[in-house]
Amino acid sequence: MKINDVILRTVTKIIVFIILTFGVELFISGHHDPGGGFSGGLVLASALLLLYMTYDIETVHQGIPFDFKKIAGLGVFLAVAGSAVSMLFGNSFLTQGKGEVLLPIFGATEISMVLLFEAGVALTVVGVVVTVLLTISEDVK
Amino acid sequence: MIIPLLILLPFAASLFVPSLYTYVHSRKIGWAVLPVPLVLFIILCLQIPNVAAGETGYHTIRWLTSAGIHFTTHLDGLSMIFGLLITGMGTLVVIYSTYYLSEREALGRFYMYLLLFMGSMLGVVFSDNILVLYVFWELTSVSSFLLIAFWHQRRRSREGAQKAMLITVTGGIGMLVGFLMLHSMTGTYSIHEMIGMAGDLPSHDLFIPSMLLVLLGAFTKSAQFPFHIWLPDAMEAPTPVSAYLHSATMVKAGIYVVARFIPLFGGSELWFYLVTFTGLLTLLWGSFNAVRQYDLKALLAYSTVSQLGLIMSLLGMGSAVMLDLPGADLSLFAAAAFAGLFHLINHSTFKGALFMIIGIVDHELGTRDIRRLGGLAVFMPVTFTIALAGSFSMAGLPPFNGFLSKEMFLEASLAVQQLSLPGIHVWVPVVAWLASVLTFVYCLIIVFQTFFGRQQQSPAWVDRGAHDPQPGMLAAPGILGLLILGLFFIPNILGKWILRPAMDAIYPAYSGIPELVPHIRAWHGFSPVLWMTLGIITAGVFLYVFLRKWRVLYTVPPFSWKIDNMYSLLLVQLESHSHHLTKRYMTGHLHRYFLYIFSFFIGMMLVALAFIWRQAFDLSNDSLVNVNEYLLTAVMMAAAISILFVRSRLIAILLNGVLGFTVAFLFVVLSAPDLALTQIVVETVTTVLFLLTFRFMPDWTKERTSRKVKAGNAVIAVMTGLIVIVTALAVQGNRLAAPISKFFEDTEEMRGGGNIVNAILGDFRAFDTMLEIVVLFIGGLGVYVLIKLKSRKGDGPHED
Repeated sequence: MKINDVILRTVTKIIVFIILTFGVELFISGHHDPGGGFSGGLVLASALLLLYMTYDIETVHQGIPFDFKKIAGLGVFLAVAGSAVSMLFGNSFLTQGKGEVLLPIFGATEISMVLLFEAGVALTVVGVVVTVLLTISEDVK
Repeated sequence: MIIPLLILLPFAASLFVPSLYTYVHSRKIGWAVLPVPLVLFIILCLQIPNVAAGETGYHTIRWLTSAGIHFTTHLDGLSMIFGLLITGMGTLVVIYSTYYLSEREALGRFYMYLLLFMGSMLGVVFSDNILVLYVFWELTSVSSFLLIAFWHQRRRSREGAQKAMLITVTGGIGMLVGFLMLHSMTGTYSIHEMIGMAGDLPSHDLFIPSMLLVLLGAFTKSAQFPFHIWLPDAMEAPTPVSAYLHSATMVKAGIYVVARFIPLFGGSELWFYLVTFTGLLTLLWGSFNAVRQYDLKALLAYSTVSQLGLIMSLLGMGSAVMLDLPGADLSLFAAAAFAGLFHLINHSTFKGALFMIIGIVDHELGTRDIRRLGGLAVFMPVTFTIALAGSFSMAGLPPFNGFLSKEMFLEASLAVQQLSLPGIHVWVPVVAWLASVLTFVYCLIIVFQTFFGRQQQSPAWVDRGAHDPQPGMLAAPGILGLLILGLFFIPNILGKWILRPAMDAIYPAYSGIPELVPHIRAWHGFSPVLWMTLGIITAGVFLYVFLRKWRVLYTVPPFSWKIDNMYSLLLVQLESHSHHLTKRYMTGHLHRYFLYIFSFFIGMMLVALAFIWRQAFDLSNDSLVNVNEYLLTAVMMAAAISILFVRSRLIAILLNGVLGFTVAFLFVVLSAPDLALTQIVVETVTTVLFLLTFRFMPDWTKERTSRKVKAGNAVIAVMTGLIVIVTALAVQGNRLAAPISKFFEDTEEMRGGGNIVNAILGDFRAFDTMLEIVVLFIGGLGVYVLIKLKSRKGDGPHED
């Protein structure tokens, strides 16, 4: 049976970008406000989830040709390796430095090593959630 | 700084080896790997003058400051010897295996494991921190496992690998406990700091247990009796691996640990007895068993066991220096330890060469069984020459390096008699002599039954024209052969530059005393030792000639007993029993599992609460519950209870969603926006997941369960709920530690993060978070693998 999902598809096209933006916003604001790597990553994953549900796996895969297992792996690597970087500068493992950078539009912006760590968390979450989803849905077919 | 890089380089290189296929032809992978050990060897060689001048290089990379665990490396005489062996033999083995292994093998994997092993082994000998040492120690077990099981399609390879792993890792865990005891005695993880405190240790209660456990680790690794049984089975590995790991390097890790801890434990008589006697027993048993073998590789395996026993017993005798006995001559026992280190090097040269030669014979003729070999000297003259040098060096004949250390061993065994210790009598030199005779016999077997005599039952290789292999394959054993000869003529250079600093490391209290380092002489007069050597040769030749007559002895108990049988029995029993036990409770019913989990939980909590019960429940501190919270709780309860009664799966899923979202709202009301946010997203994703799979689930038929089961379930459910509530209430009134919330009040200044939840996740408890995402990752892969494997299994027969 062909499902009539014009509304869903049209809405998705717009809403996915809103969700994605919101996810990134959550991720970045996590340092001072609610959010952070885990919830940011989950929101990003839910955007992808919406895409997969609206369109089929192949179509989405053409647009986002990533192996999400590798993305999860990359996330773990980023978190672990990023934490080890501080050892090179004589600090303990997991010491997170921070500093201010002058960016063109945003002005003085605080940059922290935690961001790298959190990015690792976010990527792992996105990778794992999407991997689990795809494997389960591929299996039931 | 150079040493940590030395350790890390092989690990880094091993990452790239598997991808070498893309760039080089598989035959050339060996050549691409070769620079790694070679460069390491050269770097270490350049350090020899510094070390000989008495410099000890320490370098620390701070790691876990609060726990005192750092990546500290040291370079002293002792670690230098082992470092040179590991990298030097590593270079030769890589050259050899380039020719030995066919290009059809998984060469990328092979060299990756080999480099992994090299790095771990360097880590063992250069680590000053005992916990780091332990990690590398177990890594050598793991990489050895991978290498032994390299031909994993063979059952015997897998079993050999498993056996080696089980025995060495068990010993390693024992050693870890011993290390922790040492830490609790001294308060440090650093070996050189411990040695500084060695004087106070023997009076400590944990001194003897920690010593026993460290020895357990060392003995299992170095294949000492009765743990030697794994070594012959490890011979299922490719021959280059046997030459490298199981004769020259890994099995010597135990020797290294014993030598390294002599300054700590050497003052104890128990240490002296255990190390010396275990060594002597292993020496005798190994040489006795080597004579009965027909497979050349198995023969060499037992001879390695025996030679490791010899080195071990020498180190034991050498530790007598620390015993501080009146009237004992320090130089005599120092000479024993010196001989141990000297023989360590000699053994690596001649045994490495022999293994490679056996590999060549196997490679060219396709068999290692001495009953099917013979007369090869004519066909393979170069191979024969090297084999002759190796065997006669092992037998202790001049002009080969084994002669020198063998004489020093006999001398030490005579010297030990002078110790006024109970239990040391004339039998120590007798055992030493007897074992040397047997050693002589099996060396004759290697030379004469392989290379002389007539070919039995006209083997095929005579027609095919057996010949020496290509020169490249002979290069590595050839270099070792030259060393065997060269070290005989210039042993004192070795003594001065390499062995002297090692002796200083073993006896820091006596460092610099000239008696510590004896002058090695090939001719030492008509001493008792010379007569012993002549006796060895006479008796050895006699025994060899009448070998057929007395080999019957091996079928008579107790000589026919094998410790192997005990091991297999233990393993089989353990496996079948645990299999039965597991079958009892792993029934595959989810219902059952929840029953176990919740019953256990109820039981534990009831016991715990019984103790707490006496203390009053203090509810005065609890915050007020406002209307919102009452409302939300009511909704949650309504949703939860109605799940029990709905008849459609769809509604159940939705109600579950209601439950989850209400919890999220509760978080909002309790001003925890982070939790609420996460909860909402998680809830969304799980509900969607449920709905996704919904269509494919079988019809929801109500299970017809008996009233009794239902009642039981209800009791457990209610009990669990009640206990959670009671626990939550009790927790408020029973604070065991000061609340940590004060600590987080100045998060902003400390970490610069305004969001306390993320400051905790990313800074204060970042280690937790890091491991959590690792777990998440593994979980995700688990789901992937389970489902993918399941669907593949349906397609066809699944490979076991």
